[in-house]
Amino acid sequence: MKYIFWLCAAITIIVITFMGAYIIVGGLPFFSHTNIVSFLLGKKWNPSGEIFGIYPMLITSIYATVGATSIGVVVGMSTAIVLVEILPLKAAKVFSAAIDLLAGIPSVIYGFWGLMVIVPIIDKFWGGKGAGSSLLAAIIILSIMILPTIIRMSEVSLKAVPKEYKEGALGLGASKFQYIFKVQIGAAKSGIMAGIVLGIGRALGETMAVILVSGNAPIIPKSLVDPVRTLTANIALEMGYASGVARQALFATGMVLFALIMLINFLLTQFIKNAERRNGNARKA
Amino acid sequence: MNKIISIKDLSFYYGDFEALKNINLEVEENEVLAFIGPSGCGKSTLLRILNRMSDLAENPKVKGEITFRGQNIFHMDTIELRKKVGMVFQKPNPFPMSIYDNIAYGPRMQGIKKKASLDEIVEDSLKKAAIWDEVKDKIRKNAISVSGGQQQRICIARAIAMRPEVLLMDEPTSALDPISTSKIEDLMSELKKQYTIIIVTHNMQQAARISDRTAFFLLGELIETDRTETIFNLPKNKKTEDYITGRFG
Repeated sequence: MKYIFWLCAAITIIVITFMGAYIIVGGLPFFSHTNIVSFLLGKKWNPSGEIFGIYPMLITSIYATVGATSIGVVVGMSTAIVLVEILPLKAAKVFSAAIDLLAGIPSVIYGFWGLMVIVPIIDKFWGGKGAGSSLLAAIIILSIMILPTIIRMSEVSLKAVPKEYKEGALGLGASKFQYIFKVQIGAAKSGIMAGIVLGIGRALGETMAVILVSGNAPIIPKSLVDPVRTLTANIALEMGYASGVARQALFATGMVLFALIMLINFLLTQFIKNAERRNGNARKA
Repeated sequence: MNKIISIKDLSFYYGDFEALKNINLEVEENEVLAFIGPSGCGKSTLLRILNRMSDLAENPKVKGEITFRGQNIFHMDTIELRKKVGMVFQKPNPFPMSIYDNIAYGPRMQGIKKKASLDEIVEDSLKKAAIWDEVKDKIRKNAISVSGGQQQRICIARAIAMRPEVLLMDEPTSALDPISTSKIEDLMSELKKQYTIIIVTHNMQQAARISDRTAFFLLGELIETDRTETIFNLPKNKKTEDYITGRFG
C-alpha cells in the first residue's frame, strides 16, 4: 500500500523531469543552427527563411505580463480588501461566488469574448494596425484572467491576520484604512506575494486567449495598440506545421519560456525571503 | 482629585443580552483603578467601552452616558478618543514589524515624519515602559522575535508613544510568567505618575498590590467600589467578601 502512495507522489516529479528533458532534447540541437544570443536578441522571425529571432515575442511576453500583473494586483488587492474588511458577510459571499465563476471560465471563452468585445472597442477608439487586436487587448484580457488567483490568495492571507492586530491598531487611534495599509497588508505580505507569483505564471503562460485577441504579428510593439505575438502564442501557432529546424526553434522557445518562469519564481521568492529577514526573523510566535 | 472619566447609568447590550446593568462610576486622575470579578461579570466589557473598542462587537447597544473630561465619549470621534484613551490587551499583540516601527506606528499616523523626532519618541516610550535597556540593540528586529513579557512592554510603549491620558489594561499579565508580571506591575506604579490607569485583572493579589481603588463586578452589576485596602479588608457588601475570600468565582 505504502508503495502505491509513493508512486503517486513520485508522478509529479517524474512528469516534470520528462517534460523538461523532452523540451531540452528537442530544443538543444537548434543552437547549432542559431546561437543563443542571436536567437534571444534577433528581431526577425521568419521560419521559411530560416531566420529565428524571438526578441519581439520575448519583449511582448514581458510587456503583457508586467501590464496584466500591474492592473491585476491593483484591482485584485482592492477587491480582496473590500471582501475582507468592508462588505458585510452576505454581500461578500455573492462576490466570492462571482469570483469563483470567473476562475472557472475556460480561457478560450475569455479570448472569444475579448475578440468580440474588447478588440472592437480598442479599434473604435484607438485604431491601430491590427484593427484592435493588440498588446492592449492582451493585457486587458490577461489582467481579468489572473484576478481570481490574486483575489483569492490575498483574501485568504488578509483574513488570516490575527484580529489582535486590528484591535491593537484601532486601539491606537488608527482609522480602518490606516490599519489595512500599514498593518494588515504587511502582515499578509507573503501570502499576497505568492498570489502575485501565481498570477504572473498564469499571465506569462496563457496562450489561447492571447492568440485570439493579440493579432499575432511577430513584431516589436511600438505602441499599446500594435498587434503582437507572445512566446506561448508563437509555439501554439506554428507547432502544427513546423518541421526540421523550425520545429527545433519552437522547442527552444519553450526552453526560454521555462527558464523565464523559473527565473521569475526564483527572484520573487528571494524577494519575499529578504523582506521577511529585514523584519528580523519573523514567525516565531 | 479631578474626575477624568464619569460613567452615569450605563447599560450595555450585545444584541439582547444585557452585559452591563446601570453602572455608575467615577475615575480619578492619576489613580490605578482595578476591575475585579468572576469571568463574564462585564469588567472587560466596561473597559472596552471606555475607548469604544466595544463598537467592534456585533450589535452593540449602549444606554446611559460616559464623559471623558466633560465630553460625552459617544459623541466623540473614536479616533480622537482612542488617541487619548490607549489600550493594552490581554494577549501581547505587537505588529509583525520592527520594534522601532511598532512604537513609531502611532506617531507616524499623526503625521510625525522627522527621523530625529521619531527616534526621540521611540527611545522615550521604550524607556518609560522599562524595556529600553533590553531591546536597544535590536530595535530593528521584528517585535515578534522577543519574549512574551518583552512584547507586552513593547505594546505598553506603543500605547505610551501616543501620549494618552488614560491607559486601559485588559488583563495585561495573564499570558505572562511571574517575572515578566512583576516587571509590568512595577512599571504600572511608575506610570501612574503620568497616566490614569484602569486595569482588569483576574488576579486578586495583583489588584491588591498595584491599585489605589478597586471596583468589584458581578453578573453585569457594579457591586462595590472603594479604596483597595478597604475592599480587601473590610468590604461592605457580602458578595464582595464572598468573592474575595474565595467562596465563589
